[in-house]
Amino acid sequence: MTIPDVAPPRLSIRYFAWMREHTGASTETITLPEGVACVGDLVPHLTAKSDGHALALKNLQAVRVAVNRSYGDLDTPVTDGDEVAFFPPVTGG
Amino acid sequence: MAVRVQTEDFDVGAESRALQADTVGAIALFIGTVRGLRSDDGVTAMTLEHYPGMTEAELERIESEARERWPLEDVTIIHRVGRLLPGDQIVLVATSSAHRKAAFDATEFIMDFLKTDAPFWKAEERDGETSWVEARKSDDDARERWDADGA
Repeated sequence: MTIPDVAPPRLSIRYFAWMREHTGASTETITLPEGVACVGDLVPHLTAKSDGHALALKNLQAVRVAVNRSYGDLDTPVTDGDEVAFFPPVTGG
Repeated sequence: MAVRVQTEDFDVGAESRALQADTVGAIALFIGTVRGLRSDDGVTAMTLEHYPGMTEAELERIESEARERWPLEDVTIIHRVGRLLPGDQIVLVATSSAHRKAAFDATEFIMDFLKTDAPFWKAEERDGETSWVEARKSDDDARERWDADGA
């Protein structure tokens, strides 16, 4: 007899630079909400978490997205175990 | 292939010598440094943050694209993170090739893509205040230029 895997689907959310300062966390683990198929679907669930989250994700035009450490966009699919990152345009070099 | 993200400084001479080889006739080096108080920026220090794992993956991807475009013998990319002071070295891109054109062009290509794609962020200290550096349109334009070249 096997024990069914009842662990809910999870996502790891990462924020960097000023977005991290607004959210107050560099990494959050959340349960994948029902009906979320892509990054864009996820955003309202994140902005609802706090005023800081809402502020960080207010202007999505100014935000870059990565899923599993590769660049994506609001249409990129997300699934159980994915790492989704939000960050401002990069300024290294 | 060498991509390194580190807090420690780097030795440009040692990195250059490491690229010398029998088939190499040209080594091009770019070193980015922190502008100081007497520059227009008036910066007293800066702190670099990055996305561990993705940063290295992006730098390796950029290196691979450069190798597809030019006949390179070797490539070294070193980028520092943490708190840096005026005059400190930030980044080194070094490429080696049989002839200079490939080395010059590949070095510039790697820097242009690093600027727009590698997940680093700078926070500058100025008059006791810290502020995040905003991305510059000119950096996007520099990257776009390579697409237009169709090289």
